[in-house]
Amino acid sequence: MSSVAIDSHVGRAARLYQAYIGKKFVMALTGVILFGYLVGHLLGNLQAFLGPERMDAYAAFLHSMPNVLWLVRALLLVSVVAHIVASIQLTALKRKARPQGYVKKEAIGSSYASRTMMWSGPIIAAFVVFHILDVTTGVTNTAQYRELHAYENLVYSFRRIPVSIAYIFAMVALSMHLYHGLWSMFQSVGISHPRYTPVIKRLAMWVAILLAAGFISIPISVMTGLMGTKL
Amino acid sequence: MRLTLHIWRQKGPKEPGRMVHYEARNANPDMSFLEMLDVLNEELTLKGEDPVAFDSDCREGICGMCGFMINGVAHGPRRGTTVCQLHMRKFKDGDVLYIEPWRARAFPVIKDLAVNRTAFDRIIAAGGYISVPAGSAPDGNTILIPKPVAEQAMDAAACIGCGACVAACPNASAALFTGAKIAHLGLLPQGQPERDQRVLKMVAHSTLEQFGSCTNIGECEAVCPKEIKLEVIARMNRDFIKAS
Amino acid sequence: MSMDLSSRVPSGAIERLWDKARFEMKLVNPANKRKYNILVVGSGLAGGSAAASLAELGYNVKCFCFQDSARRAHSIAAQGGINAAKNYQNDGDSIYRLFYDTVKGGDFRSREANVYRLAQISVNIIDQCVAQGVPFAREYGGTLANRSFGGAQVSRTFYARGQTGQQLLLGAYQALERQVDAGRVKMFPRTEMLGLVVIDGKARGIVTRDLVNGKIESHAADAVVLGTGGYGNVYYLSTNARGSNCTAIWRAYKHGAAFANPCFTQIHPTCIPVSGDYQSKLTLMSESLRNDGRIWVPLKPGDQRPPNEIPEPERDYFLERRYPSFGNLVPRDVASRNCKAVCDEGLGVGNNGLGVYLDFADAIKRLGVAVIRERYGNLFDMYERITGEDPYKVPMRIYPAIHYTMGGLWVDYSLMSTVPGLFVIGEANFSDHGANRLGASALMQGLADGYFILPYTIGEYLARTKLDKVQTDYAEFKREESEVETITKRLLSIRGERTVTSFHRELGKVLWDYCGMSRNAVGLKLALGKIRELREGYWHNVDVLGGPEDFNQALEHAGRVADFFELAELMCIDALDRNESCGAHFREEYQTPDNEALRDDQRYCYVAAWVFKGANQPPELHAEPLKFEYVRPTQRSYK
Repeated sequence: MSSVAIDSHVGRAARLYQAYIGKKFVMALTGVILFGYLVGHLLGNLQAFLGPERMDAYAAFLHSMPNVLWLVRALLLVSVVAHIVASIQLTALKRKARPQGYVKKEAIGSSYASRTMMWSGPIIAAFVVFHILDVTTGVTNTAQYRELHAYENLVYSFRRIPVSIAYIFAMVALSMHLYHGLWSMFQSVGISHPRYTPVIKRLAMWVAILLAAGFISIPISVMTGLMGTKL
Repeated sequence: MRLTLHIWRQKGPKEPGRMVHYEARNANPDMSFLEMLDVLNEELTLKGEDPVAFDSDCREGICGMCGFMINGVAHGPRRGTTVCQLHMRKFKDGDVLYIEPWRARAFPVIKDLAVNRTAFDRIIAAGGYISVPAGSAPDGNTILIPKPVAEQAMDAAACIGCGACVAACPNASAALFTGAKIAHLGLLPQGQPERDQRVLKMVAHSTLEQFGSCTNIGECEAVCPKEIKLEVIARMNRDFIKAS
Repeated sequence: MSMDLSSRVPSGAIERLWDKARFEMKLVNPANKRKYNILVVGSGLAGGSAAASLAELGYNVKCFCFQDSARRAHSIAAQGGINAAKNYQNDGDSIYRLFYDTVKGGDFRSREANVYRLAQISVNIIDQCVAQGVPFAREYGGTLANRSFGGAQVSRTFYARGQTGQQLLLGAYQALERQVDAGRVKMFPRTEMLGLVVIDGKARGIVTRDLVNGKIESHAADAVVLGTGGYGNVYYLSTNARGSNCTAIWRAYKHGAAFANPCFTQIHPTCIPVSGDYQSKLTLMSESLRNDGRIWVPLKPGDQRPPNEIPEPERDYFLERRYPSFGNLVPRDVASRNCKAVCDEGLGVGNNGLGVYLDFADAIKRLGVAVIRERYGNLFDMYERITGEDPYKVPMRIYPAIHYTMGGLWVDYSLMSTVPGLFVIGEANFSDHGANRLGASALMQGLADGYFILPYTIGEYLARTKLDKVQTDYAEFKREESEVETITKRLLSIRGERTVTSFHRELGKVLWDYCGMSRNAVGLKLALGKIRELREGYWHNVDVLGGPEDFNQALEHAGRVADFFELAELMCIDALDRNESCGAHFREEYQTPDNEALRDDQRYCYVAAWVFKGANQPPELHAEPLKFEYVRPTQRSYK
């Protein structure tokens, strides 16, 4: 630890980030933040099943604390950017590490989800951009968009079948991304145990499925007329 | 047994390679995979054709010198087995096999299926040791080591440095190899004094050698002939983050 | 060439010899060490540990190996363990007992002083390896575990699962890489030594071939160390690695280093039998299998029934029958010879009749499958992997195989050959095992030589010797380079009709048949003729493709086989000359009524050191008489 101990925190963090392990650490950390947001967001969204009043009250509640709201938004934005930047850097490393590919290559030890993180990730990112434009700012949902009428905005948005389908597709991608990401973050920060890691993997799968199912339940409800019929 | 082989032929590191088609007519289920190639090479030599270059030495699965891809899988279809211990009875008459060298920037092809793996040596040289000059050691029983710890260290120490982990990894990462050594030495009390420096230097060096990053996918674990677990990578990550 | 075969053992009580020798050594000034260049050829337990230790002391070291990494050397394949007289088990072991067992096990054909030193140093080796992080097996209390091995009556064998050699080698390799990083060792992997350079009667360098680009290169130094292992591959099929070869020691022999006891080759009884002509190597299984397995063959020659259908009365448990008190646990050589004998009588099993059954049915009945699996599970798996047969259900088939060579370049007490400045360590020298090596002693010797003996003795040589500066552009280097190039060119120019492998296989068969685990004068003379004829054929009819500047594996092999031919001849000459049986050297003419090896201490209590006299001249025998002042020679019996 001799030379290590005298380094400044900034220096140490920079060195950590320089190594791929550091980048994975950042991905894990930001992954936790984004996952936490997803859980909160889902709980908020599921209030749609309790009716327009609850949903709109929830939106109003969030907007009643603009400082907190913007702080959270900033944190999320930073996390997303860091997550994406690190992933791009890691992918660049990967390209460099194997300039010539195999004529034939089989995957025998990895999940489909783990191998497609660089597909599921961009799909989710693209969706998030659209989703914000659609239900937060209303740019793509102009006809009916009314700020702070979260319930209406949501129902009108999902009544457009292509939007719902895209949403469901993105949630499947999210589920896969989470399945690998959720257990992988433990590995990245160095938590592994012969007994508990398999449990974590199974839990990650169920959490990923349930989370996606929760999100998907809303457009399904709208499309099948279980939700928003009064509008 | 008759087999159709597509083997990567490449004259030298700088020359382009290509898959070349061969028929192995005299394969026998009791042969090892390398013996099947030996026989092919004998036939090629008698025909005046350049035999296929591939590395092997001990042929009992411990030296780590052999290894190539068979149908896209490092060391072929039998788990926990190097190609020298893989026998032809694992295949069927008429099978078509694609045989390619390990591919990674850090493992340049020397010829055909033989690659240069000295990058692994340099990772070890960067810190994969305990500094103890001959003559300076205390009695072997001075430091007691709990049996489970010794066993866990042995699990990690079983690595034969064959490079299958790098070959199978979509990122061509040397994380399993590096992690195995860090776990082996980091688990033992003797390895503690240099633990932080070791992980910092070895990880930094693996990047310098242009190995890729680990994305926790698990292909390495699946092909490792010594069945070393991903756990060693977690241990390396933890040590690295702590030491940084 | 004058020959000094003085062992240079100091005089005095055996316990104090090594201390005395070390004290009497002239030391190299620490500041001067970096001015000395030392070449270490081979990176196994002996070479790797020597290169690392010399560099730690401050010498400038270059280390060479033909494999792609120092970590691949065949020491890695040793399974069983490493002996040390620690007496951790409190079962009566001592340095003296290990010394005694080793001298007796070597059938009184080793040098007492060397063996005693080996036993003394054995304890330091374990300490050193533990400190390096070798994960030896432990007891629940955290202390080092031991097992009894190879018939020893005390538990003195340290082990790391079935991978002891691997773990010890990795320890040495890591120490070596540390020195590489420190800039004190320059490593040359995929580089083969093809020539020794002797200037003014001293070893001053080597000529190597870069196996990747074929470049022939000279390296000058103040001393040369060979740790290049054994020559078991002269038999083509052996438990050695494919690349193991005799080229370095053979070329040193041709430059004046005496070759001692070349016919002392050890056979291991429990190997997996050959399954066909394509067979490239033999795989050894731990001898411990004989603790529970019963060895038998059918009573009727050519009995084709599957083993399970042969009833008890029609089986011959020949070891139990012939050696009622030891049964299946008779020593390696006795078991091996008996297995071969029954196969020669046509009783062998397997498709080519070269095998005997090692049957666990009784043990499974007595102890249950679980116990057998716990004891031998990994061996059974390995057997199943190679043969495709399940030894829990069908008896294993085993056959003896060449395993270790006790012979090697002659060295004195300081491990220096008859060429001053040329040191030989590990299996490459002849020194410590006499006519037969005990189990778990090879690793011990390699590391003793490399970590603890050579680093001292080489310093003594350097301090005492006036060494003029030499450079690789000297005529001696150029001459050796051109010699090496000539051999390469010649091999490539023959373009005959047979592959190198086919010649090697045939040579191996001749040697195995006539100079294998039992020999007789008639057979050896026949073999000499066959070998010469085959060698002649080789130089006219071998086909080596490719160029000298290629990564050319056939060319590498061709050069090694050329040397094997010459060595094979010397082995037969030595075997023919030694008109006695001792240890692994079993001359059928010299046996007791119980078929035991019959030594002739009156006439052959010596080390046979052979000196090269020219390409077509017979080698010259020089004898180093052996004196046994501590262990009285006795006749062994296992009845």
